[in-house]
Amino acid sequence: MTTLNAGAAPAPVYERSAGFWSGVLKKLARDPVAIGAAAVLLALVLIALFAPLITPHDPYQTSLLKRLRPIGFENFLLGTDELGRDLLSRLMLGARLSLFMGIVPVLIAFVLGSAIGILAGYAGGLANTLIMRTIDVLYAFPSVLLAIALSGALGAGIGNALLSLTIVFIPPIARVAESVTTQVRGRDFVEAARASGAGAFTIVRVHVLGNVLGPIFVYATSLIAVSMILASGLSFLGLGVRPPEPEWGLMLNTLRTAIYTQPWVAALPGVMIFITSISFNLLSDSLRSAMDVKN
Amino acid sequence: MIFYLLRRIVYTVPIMLGVAFFCFLLVHISPGDPLVAILPPDASVELQRQLMTLYGFDRSWPEQFFGWLWRALQGDLGTSIATGRPVADEVFRAVGNTLMLACLATLIGFLLGSLFGFVAGYFSNSWVDRAASALSVLGVSVPHYWLGMVMVIVFSAWLGWLPPTGAGPGGSDQWAWDWAHIQYMVLPAVTMSVIPMGIIARTVRALVADILAQEFVVGLKAKGMTDSGIFLHVVKNAAPTALAVMGLQLGYLLGGSILIETVFSWPGTGFLLNSAIFQRDLPLLQGTILVLAMFFVLLNLLVDTLQTAIDPRIQR
Repeated sequence: MTTLNAGAAPAPVYERSAGFWSGVLKKLARDPVAIGAAAVLLALVLIALFAPLITPHDPYQTSLLKRLRPIGFENFLLGTDELGRDLLSRLMLGARLSLFMGIVPVLIAFVLGSAIGILAGYAGGLANTLIMRTIDVLYAFPSVLLAIALSGALGAGIGNALLSLTIVFIPPIARVAESVTTQVRGRDFVEAARASGAGAFTIVRVHVLGNVLGPIFVYATSLIAVSMILASGLSFLGLGVRPPEPEWGLMLNTLRTAIYTQPWVAALPGVMIFITSISFNLLSDSLRSAMDVKN
Repeated sequence: MIFYLLRRIVYTVPIMLGVAFFCFLLVHISPGDPLVAILPPDASVELQRQLMTLYGFDRSWPEQFFGWLWRALQGDLGTSIATGRPVADEVFRAVGNTLMLACLATLIGFLLGSLFGFVAGYFSNSWVDRAASALSVLGVSVPHYWLGMVMVIVFSAWLGWLPPTGAGPGGSDQWAWDWAHIQYMVLPAVTMSVIPMGIIARTVRALVADILAQEFVVGLKAKGMTDSGIFLHVVKNAAPTALAVMGLQLGYLLGGSILIETVFSWPGTGFLLNSAIFQRDLPLLQGTILVLAMFFVLLNLLVDTLQTAIDPRIQR
């Protein structure tokens, strides 16, 4: 009698049918640009998560004697800022708020914008007209102007900046969601589902969502880079994160006075914003071409 | 064509009304009393009430909105709370400066972007194409306010070639088209041009690659047309879309110039918005946003109209 070893038992191996998403992942895994961008973003997220454990100095510790020291001064690897705080530690901890403020508005706008757009696209008719014309009004503002108008009127602060950015990103996402949904709605399988007696909710859940969320998601990822630049821009203007919290845009603003004394130290927070937004753009581009079935 | 144009104009009217309503709402979503900025803390109730009446904050919402809209249509955007001067005067002075900067930036961005886009599209999938694509990704990813700072560091602090901030010697607002003034425009305009450059390069690259792959190009080649002749055909086919993208980019720059203007202390609408926000001067904020948003809506209308007019392929 052989003992049955659960671990060694040959599990029946089914070749999972190569679905659309596994194909996309395979394509992404073969794209060196996508791998590079994803690695950079992963590193930034890890730094943000573990910032309190790995910062070499206290990011809030000021020192009047060690203000604006150059890169590589003593044990301050990237120098110190205008209040003598260690810049490397602040850049690390700053990743938290900067990434949070860049990503969260797009995430919320993805959920709300998709819901609005799918509702309008599926309902059609008068409801569609009403919803989409309202969205068009917000869409009629250039995004930077809308963000600044809203947070300027609401006042500075993280919550208000998040709210303004979310409102900025809802209209473009809703527009994409509406147009994709309208296309899917006219397809035969939706017609068939309706003929077989499925209710509106079931049709949307089973037949529409699976077909529209992919394209909307890809579009939303392309907005994250814009959102990063805009969110840091609001803080740069003094409309977002308030001192002494570290955030890259705010740090760039307070270091502006140092561009003559320590130019390279002053430019560093912007380099972080740049690296992050480039990585998001490249990853989003790769994702889009991987999802393009024609290739 | 005429029919399409009429429909497009009719469609723009409710959008403009909506935009105006949104600008009106801005004052009402802001927390606190809009008059707080100018009232001394020990102001009497009497004075407070007088100012409320003066600015119209004591009337009902619809009354305030239509009153405000009616006055705005006649060119009266209210009075700045901080300076006491008419908002319209302040805004129109600033719009000129912003427009000047944005037009120059769009022009630079269009010329460079088309150049890169053409080269990349002609030699698609070569190293030139990859370099041009990389450049356009950099252009759309760069935080332009940071790029502005780097420009100042390199060209003002380091090389000393160009002035870092302002719009003329001695901070005067007497603009003149001589080098003494134009040199102040170079850094902000070049910084600003990076975004449209990236976007236009992307658009033109896709257009050119698409056009070159079409059968009529093969036909022209087969007929023995020279490369320069084919080039003219490509330009003719790509121009309407590229020009439309350029027009829209100008609109985005007009609305988005606040960050660049802040970096370079350029006395445009961005600068005005900045001071309106930090002095809590809500009528000024409202008026500036209204004018910029209307500019954008009208520019969109103009771009659509021109595109329909010059591109015979668009049947509407």
